[in-house]
Amino acid sequence: MPEQLLEVRNLKISFRTEDGVVRAVDGVSFTLARGEVLGIVGESGSGKSVTVMSVLRLINDPNAIFEGEVIYKGRDVMSLPEKQMREVRGGEIAMIFQDPMTSLNPVYRVGDQIIEAIVTHRGGSKAAARKHAVELLAQVGIPQPERRVDDFPHEFSGGMRQRAMIAMALANNPEILIADEPTTALDVTIQAQILELIDRLKDDFGSAVILISHDLGVVAGIADRIAVMYAGRVVESGATRELFYDPQHPYTWGLLGSIPRLDRPKQERLHSIKGMPPSLIRPPAGCVFRPRCPHAHERCLEEPTLAARTGAPGHLDRCWLDVPAKRALRDRSIRGDTAVA
Amino acid sequence: MSGSGTEPALLEVRNLKKYFPIRGGVLGRELARVHAVDDVSFSVREGETIGLVGESGCGKSTLGRTIVRLLEPTDGDILYQGRSIATLSRRALRPLRQEIQMVFQDPYASLNPRKRVGSIIAAPLQIHRVGDLRERRQRVQELLEVVGLSPEHYNRFPHEFSGGQRQRIGVARALALRPKLVVADEPVSALDVSIQSQILNLLEDLQEELSLTYVFIAHDLGVVRHVSDRIAVMYLGKLVELSPAEELYERPIMPYTEALLSAVPIPDPDLSEKRKRIVLEGDVPSPINPPSGCRFHPRCRYATDVCRQVEPPLVDYRNGHLAACHHPLNVGVSAPA
Repeated sequence: MPEQLLEVRNLKISFRTEDGVVRAVDGVSFTLARGEVLGIVGESGSGKSVTVMSVLRLINDPNAIFEGEVIYKGRDVMSLPEKQMREVRGGEIAMIFQDPMTSLNPVYRVGDQIIEAIVTHRGGSKAAARKHAVELLAQVGIPQPERRVDDFPHEFSGGMRQRAMIAMALANNPEILIADEPTTALDVTIQAQILELIDRLKDDFGSAVILISHDLGVVAGIADRIAVMYAGRVVESGATRELFYDPQHPYTWGLLGSIPRLDRPKQERLHSIKGMPPSLIRPPAGCVFRPRCPHAHERCLEEPTLAARTGAPGHLDRCWLDVPAKRALRDRSIRGDTAVA
Repeated sequence: MSGSGTEPALLEVRNLKKYFPIRGGVLGRELARVHAVDDVSFSVREGETIGLVGESGCGKSTLGRTIVRLLEPTDGDILYQGRSIATLSRRALRPLRQEIQMVFQDPYASLNPRKRVGSIIAAPLQIHRVGDLRERRQRVQELLEVVGLSPEHYNRFPHEFSGGQRQRIGVARALALRPKLVVADEPVSALDVSIQSQILNLLEDLQEELSLTYVFIAHDLGVVRHVSDRIAVMYLGKLVELSPAEELYERPIMPYTEALLSAVPIPDPDLSEKRKRIVLEGDVPSPINPPSGCRFHPRCRYATDVCRQVEPPLVDYRNGHLAACHHPLNVGVSAPA
């Protein structure tokens, strides 16, 4: 078994607001091993970004309340002094954000921003850092890196900016690379380039990756394991093949069925999950997916625990239905042909 | 959805061009032009959905906006029910505006935050002086139900709604005047997948009930395949392929279409691994100085000298499957070297 790098235990994040306490993340646990790619999938507001941002302690909101533990190499990140945290952040754990247009500083040259990341964490001369920055830009596929290193962000296209962000994240050989919707703002052809790049670099740099996406298609090709989040909870997690070929939670079925797919004959009608995600101020009693679930029954008034139900190692879900019943029900949701609206 | 070919064209676009001038200097002289839409022709039959796809900057949105005359065409013609509307004056255009409506991409930016839902949806009725107050109110409440909202939402503000609900409001507004043609510009790309499928199903139902014709602009090839009868692929202002929907996915002719299709992520790990991906190098070139010859040649793996020199014409290969390429794929003759 490969070394465990990161363990998140029962993480809870809430925000005090005028309308009440928003429980953005409510008891999330997962682990990440060396060299592994973990995909976190969920829709807006499911808590996936807040979860990883709190791993880096990037949430600086006086109204935020944190509970639980984030263990990185045996140390609890939640209680590290800020000085040590700064060494971890951007050094051992690096992050790529969704929007490459706003995550680079427009008034500094791209190269200088990478150099800053190197010098801050490793020290050394600026000249050496600059050489390293050029190498990194070459590694992420920026043409003529010696020249482009002196460009400003606006002189880069969207795809190139995302490459520059990746170069910056990799500057200090991070143990963990967190990519939060790294391709959402990009065109499909550029998305394919960036995903290939992340896949190749994780091997070159030996990093573990957490890839956040709302698109199951994006994680299918690259993740080893996937966690599906809904309303601040992990509702299903497991090996990628398990999750796609033996999905256990009706929300996962809904997600799979909502995507118009190119690999299958055209469906008459798409499956759609009725209604909307619940309020996180007053979440529904019992299973959070109950109000939208076509298979909800009495037992769902009690919240199901995240437990292994299929027998496949590491495949966990939060649904009371028994496994044979799920296997019988789900095809209708996923195939969508006879789906109820 | 139909598209058998016997219906007359509701909309015909002929050699349409839309250039944006880039001005500079003290005199504000035109220094260059962005060739956003460059000589595009196609027609849309009544009751059909035509999908417009392409990457950002390919001109699909500009084309959509020019069709509804939100932008003035630089050159070329737009025929609606056989009548040229490209140069009609605002006044002459007015009655036609009732028949051609638009749904916008961003449900947050396209609804006035200070107006109540009722008056947002009633605005087109008011402008075109349809009915009196009471009738308008009734029509709006009807529309709210048609798009799956409730009549009680009449007095609420846009911020009280989620993204999906707002897009329903946008759809209700577009339908208020009972249009024949709806240009939908990325109507679902700002929405989460589970909500996206709700809106797609709604648009399909409405098409059937109200016999609408759609020009559906999107960058998501899965979404476009699901809704379209025919699909037009654009690249740097040019229409490079036009085909019946299923045919395009099974036998793309233009290498750009092939690459675009192969880049779409498939939510199936085994298939995803097996499938061969054609990863395009580099970015889309600038539409200010588009490449010579075939505009796709700098990124095309089949490109030869002729592609650099001669712009390929749009050729009909079979049953209305058109493509502009010197090295057509899947056509059975002259296999690319």
